[in-house]
Amino acid sequence: MPSKPAGTLYRGKVGMWSWVLHRITGVAIFFFLLVHVLDTSLVRLSPEAYDAVIATYKTPLIGVAELGLVAAILFHALNGIRVILIDFWGKGAKYQNLMFWIVVVVAFVIFAAFAPRHLMHVFHLG
Amino acid sequence: MSIVIEPPRSSKPKRTNWEKYGWMYMRASGVLLVILIFGHLFTNLWLGEGIKAIDFAFVGGKWSDPFWQVWDLLMLWLALIHGTNGMRTIVNDYAERVAVRKTLTYVLWATCAALIVLGTLVIFTFDPCPANGTIENLPSFCPAK
Repeated sequence: MPSKPAGTLYRGKVGMWSWVLHRITGVAIFFFLLVHVLDTSLVRLSPEAYDAVIATYKTPLIGVAELGLVAAILFHALNGIRVILIDFWGKGAKYQNLMFWIVVVVAFVIFAAFAPRHLMHVFHLG
Repeated sequence: MSIVIEPPRSSKPKRTNWEKYGWMYMRASGVLLVILIFGHLFTNLWLGEGIKAIDFAFVGGKWSDPFWQVWDLLMLWLALIHGTNGMRTIVNDYAERVAVRKTLTYVLWATCAALIVLGTLVIFTFDPCPANGTIENLPSFCPAK
């Protein structure tokens, strides 16, 4: 039986998983951005065309998917600040592990504040 | 072809280190995008009725203000270049065949350029009160209202 690869400072730890998440959220945001520039450009075509397409953003399915988008943006933005601090702050590398958990907590707090309000709008409650 | 290793400390003018500027761009634009996108999400999805209130009249109202025109223009340029450069990095990591890598990189930058041109034109040639709009879709400040 091959033995498990020995752990390193990076592999399988916060450093690796934050990198993986940064990539996945980055790709997801990129493809949304392409679609979002195109749908917004419809304002130049006609008010009806824009309103028809933007109506899909208010459907329950896409409305819930928007929570995923916001979560991805929150993680990518806050982890991006963590990456900058690791690069430029003298103690950044020392606190990278702690900063990852701060990123997760802050992202979760903002998400927890946003999600109910957004779902209220999507499902026409209140 | 043999690999040429430049002698250290040679006084020959060095080629521009584009990767270095790309690295710096990701961080500089990243900081600005955090502010721009958080502000975008706050005004569009948090304030008022959130997603429910977004329609042509909402965009018309926002883009009648140069402040939001500049905001969205900055977001468009910074985000598309940031995203495209990030995708290029991923392509460099996983596309092993040179032809595949070059093609994907070309497609990425062509898409980026097309969307930047499109978005910029839309922001600056946009008419909040177009003649082809039915009256109920127009912002309240349009003369047709």
